[in-house]
Amino acid sequence: MLDDFFSRALIAGIGVALIAGPLGCFIVWRRMAYFGATMSHSALLGVALAFVFDVNVMAGVFCVAAATAPALYLLERPGTLPTDTLLGILAHGTLAAGLVMLAFMSWVRIDLMGYLFGDILSVSLSDIAIIYGGGAVIAGVLIRIWRPLLAATVNAEIARAEGVHPERVRLVFMFLVAAVIAVAMKIVGILLIVSLLIIPPAAARRFGTSPEQMAIFAALIGAIAVLFGLFGSLQFDTPSGPSIVVAALAIFLLTLAPFEAPVKNNPQE
Amino acid sequence: MASQQAVMAGISGGEARKGEAETLVEAREIGVFRSGRWLIENVSLSVRRGEILTLIGPNGAGKSTAVRALLGLLPLDHGTIIRRPGLRAGYVPQRFSIDKILPLDVKRLMTLTEAHTASEIENALDATGIGGLIDAPVDRLSGGEIQRALLARAILREPDLLVLDEPVQGVDFAGQIDMFEHIRSVRDRLSCGVLLVSHDLHLVMAETDRVVCLNGHVCCSGTPQSVSKSSEYLQLFGPRAVQALAVYHHDHDHAHGPDGGVVPLDGGSSPEQDGPADNPEAKAVAR
Repeated sequence: MLDDFFSRALIAGIGVALIAGPLGCFIVWRRMAYFGATMSHSALLGVALAFVFDVNVMAGVFCVAAATAPALYLLERPGTLPTDTLLGILAHGTLAAGLVMLAFMSWVRIDLMGYLFGDILSVSLSDIAIIYGGGAVIAGVLIRIWRPLLAATVNAEIARAEGVHPERVRLVFMFLVAAVIAVAMKIVGILLIVSLLIIPPAAARRFGTSPEQMAIFAALIGAIAVLFGLFGSLQFDTPSGPSIVVAALAIFLLTLAPFEAPVKNNPQE
Repeated sequence: MASQQAVMAGISGGEARKGEAETLVEAREIGVFRSGRWLIENVSLSVRRGEILTLIGPNGAGKSTAVRALLGLLPLDHGTIIRRPGLRAGYVPQRFSIDKILPLDVKRLMTLTEAHTASEIENALDATGIGGLIDAPVDRLSGGEIQRALLARAILREPDLLVLDEPVQGVDFAGQIDMFEHIRSVRDRLSCGVLLVSHDLHLVMAETDRVVCLNGHVCCSGTPQSVSKSSEYLQLFGPRAVQALAVYHHDHDHAHGPDGGVVPLDGGSSPEQDGPADNPEAKAVAR
């Protein structure tokens, strides 16, 4: 079954969705959607730098995306420009710089559209190994920092007063987001990664009655979006990455429909 | 009056404990400077195990700044803070709100920084009077209910130091007295130190061992009785506050039922039905 490019795409996409959903919940809860977009846009600069220094592309993307957080911190220090302006400058500045650098490197022949919008149908077995291996590491770390990260998200002062280090877990969380962007780039592309991080959690909000439930629903909704998106892409011959995002969008819009919220069933009672 | 003597005994008991009790946290001449002015300046205070220390002062006196500095939440511009190593703190902040995008019920709020068993959570919520709200989403609670939930959560940690920044705001009058009594009983059970912030003294009078009166700097400190008689306190709060204190002294001879009616305390003297404490206007002054 793994010989089939479509099965490989499906397995890879679902793997990315399963980890992007829970991680994306924190992006939504912490109101970091635009920051996530900035991180992913900077990934193209990571791609270019990876070619310059002849390192693994995923490593380059991870490093540049992770460097966005300290870069923003330094830019914010003078305190004269609002954060969203700085994020916009960083996002599009790094994206443009990456495109210009790639244009200079005439010896590099890359599939630019693949990086920008994803190339899930060319996923190889080693890509699947990286997605599931990396995804397992990301999930493991996320589970470990779950309680302190959630406490710092709900109320940073209570968390700190009671022995949690909000900055430390926030930093670890930034690394996890950078890692997911590096891993997911091939599936939906740099420009659409954030949609896999924020649309499933937004759709899951209606069904989750606890943070943990919402995270699980977000993972499942993301996986369903990959499933429908890829089958739709096969059926209608549409680009796979955008098709997945459109499927996620459709699910999100469905959750806005005014039907009755599911009654909370309590097995203890 | 019998009950008043009991209150006095409680205070002197606290005073006696204070002699040998360990210091949990101590601020030495701390100052916090922000936007061109000192929010607090040269503040020294310490909280010992087993005592209830109340920080009072008018709005903008730097009470929240002082407790947040004491908890290590604010960088200091002057002075030092000495915390007992491994100190476990429980904190109820002055403001707490939650985004609607984050689904959080009261039960999950209870385990925010630490895991607890279901029965521990139920008991803690019952003790602050909101046992029935265990499955309620936090964003639908009233201000008073949130305060009760936060207090239950902080106590559930069995802290060495309980820091409560205006813990009864938004709580109805009868509920406030219940909560202060609950805080005192928790102090007795855990023999923890309690640092309480209040903008007025009269409510916390009976439950506190020591009072520090703050207005940017420490104006005066001591037992509630001595502070309420001091000229600095009078200057800061005016004679009306002292009058309110007198009213509240009467008030403590009885409790209030859920309807606000007067319920005699067990073993206490019978309430004076026509006394000033039962006069709604007097209560309004007390608030």
